[in-house]
Amino acid sequence: MSAPLFDIRGVSKIYGPAATGLVALDDFSWTIHQGDARIVTIAGESGSGKSTLGELLLRSSRPTTGEILFEGEDIWSFNAARTRDYFRQVQAVFQDPFGVYNPFYRIQHVFDMVVRNFGLTRSPAAARTMIDDAMTAVGLNAGEILGKYPHQLSGGQRQRVMIARAIMLKPKFIVADEPVSMVDASLRASILDVLMKLRDDLGISFLYVTHDLATAFQVGDEIILLYQGQVVECGNAHDVITNPQHPYVQLLMNSVPRADPNERWPGHVELPAEEALRTANAVGCRFAARCPQRMPRCDAATPRRAGVGPNQHLAACFLYG
Amino acid sequence: MTAPASAQAPAIPVLSVTDLQVFYASRAGDIKACDGVTFDLRRGEILGLVGESGSGKSTATSGIMKAIAPPGRIAGGRILLDGEDITDFGEAEMRRRRWRKLALIPQSAMNSLNPTMTIAAQIADVITEHEGRQEAAALNHRILDLFQRVGLPSRINAMYPHELSGGMKQRVCIAMSIALNPAVVIADEATSALDVVMQRVVAQTILKIKDELGVSFIMIGHDMGLMAQVVDRVAVMYSGQLVEIADVAKIFAQPAHPYSAQLIAAVPSLTERRPMVISAGVTHDPHNPPSGCIFRLRCPHAGAICAEARPALTQISPGQSVACHLWQQDESKAYVRAPV
Repeated sequence: MSAPLFDIRGVSKIYGPAATGLVALDDFSWTIHQGDARIVTIAGESGSGKSTLGELLLRSSRPTTGEILFEGEDIWSFNAARTRDYFRQVQAVFQDPFGVYNPFYRIQHVFDMVVRNFGLTRSPAAARTMIDDAMTAVGLNAGEILGKYPHQLSGGQRQRVMIARAIMLKPKFIVADEPVSMVDASLRASILDVLMKLRDDLGISFLYVTHDLATAFQVGDEIILLYQGQVVECGNAHDVITNPQHPYVQLLMNSVPRADPNERWPGHVELPAEEALRTANAVGCRFAARCPQRMPRCDAATPRRAGVGPNQHLAACFLYG
Repeated sequence: MTAPASAQAPAIPVLSVTDLQVFYASRAGDIKACDGVTFDLRRGEILGLVGESGSGKSTATSGIMKAIAPPGRIAGGRILLDGEDITDFGEAEMRRRRWRKLALIPQSAMNSLNPTMTIAAQIADVITEHEGRQEAAALNHRILDLFQRVGLPSRINAMYPHELSGGMKQRVCIAMSIALNPAVVIADEATSALDVVMQRVVAQTILKIKDELGVSFIMIGHDMGLMAQVVDRVAVMYSGQLVEIADVAKIFAQPAHPYSAQLIAAVPSLTERRPMVISAGVTHDPHNPPSGCIFRLRCPHAGAICAEARPALTQISPGQSVACHLWQQDESKAYVRAPV
């Protein structure tokens, strides 16, 4: 058996001093296998650490503890050639499809840069074929788009161009950090549909970073929910979302606004009490301060993950173990 | 709930916008960021203003606040605020009305707080700037009252913005917006950066303020789910034009404009996985809008008439107006939907 594509082992990211600093991500482990393309959603509120994970995978920042293995090798042990190869195999699509373009250049320029920087080909005809293929894969017509300026495209088209740019490099993995949150709601489906097609047709796995549980439910194979840097619930996306067990995830699911004026939010959500500082030496469940089912032991130790629900997905809560 | 219109004289809206035009000059000609927008905001209601990025939601409200910077300009229209025609007001006259009559919770409200001042000092600043110096105890009492209204503990008084969570900062901005008792508050994407729980807390705060103080809100957003939960009426904008305005129950039960229907259909379900609705068509170049109906290049129902004439915003039933050629009068003068 070949080594997993990603093997993330006990990764923590602490900003500031080791004992009293802010824990952005706490002891995170996950494995993504080769040849089994999937969309892994990582969800949570702003500041929960979901983007930190993307940054760690993209080597924008280094784990404080733990290691990230890519095909069996620590990504921080790579030599120059392996690093270059890594940045070809692991691509990123970001939130803002408006800010990533230079408004003075036509769309063609985005692709020319990729061809040149990664030395994909010297032949203009071959380059054009690669661009055509990538654009077709995201449902765009290269002939129509390449000559345009960024402002002439919709947010959805711009975001698909960014995905096309990424897949020209034939990556195995794409970190998609809130790829639809700035795209018009009526055009979001077109982007999410592209992610699913790329998974199925090209075998690309995704880390889909989002705060939107509904889109996560629609596209995600697996889902990981974070609260203040810790995994509170994870597993098959369908199992977790249709049958959430952690009190935080249950609160989240009840708060997603339904698009029906006759089905208003049930009850009244209590204002969160003071948030404890999540320093590295803090103990106890991070959600305890806001939890309606808080017990004495929630403040004494950090809960371990236990199997919950009919298909035994995992929740980290003392209610279950 | 408002009484039926026939039972009493129709109440005068707190804000009345007629044919507002805000254009941005560019080398290739004017871009009509807000093109003939007409609506009323009733007293004590929350009006949702929805549409995609660049559809002119924020431009329209900036036009109402007269906060348009060159190359933008207000090219036409009439604005009545709380019984006063502010159409021709200059900057000095507007400054006296901002915060007092018309307050804004800006798009990045959370980042609009001054990091070097305590929360209380910033709110005090807003009050004294407009009302002059005040006695410290009275001022403090007023600030604590504002905190209580938005559900914030009084101890955040002496805190700095970085010590608060996003949802708390957002509620500080709401407290600030109502500090001078305005008639109208415009909340520009006030909850977009928050998770669903905090979004719900902030929305509940807005509903509470509306009920207790009778403040009227314009809530700008793009999340139809949130609109369904919070607002009384929904106005839908597409590319600078208002294409539909309707009571919230009506628009969700029967969206009259094809774009409204697409926005509602695009809300992903949490209970069943189903193929997502993908809307076809292209968004036009803003320099070169299509003739006739602004939405026709993306409309699945467009016919010949749609290229010829711009549909006027027309009331098709009580509480629902739409700008679309699909709606025609039959022999009894009732509006029915028919293919074009």
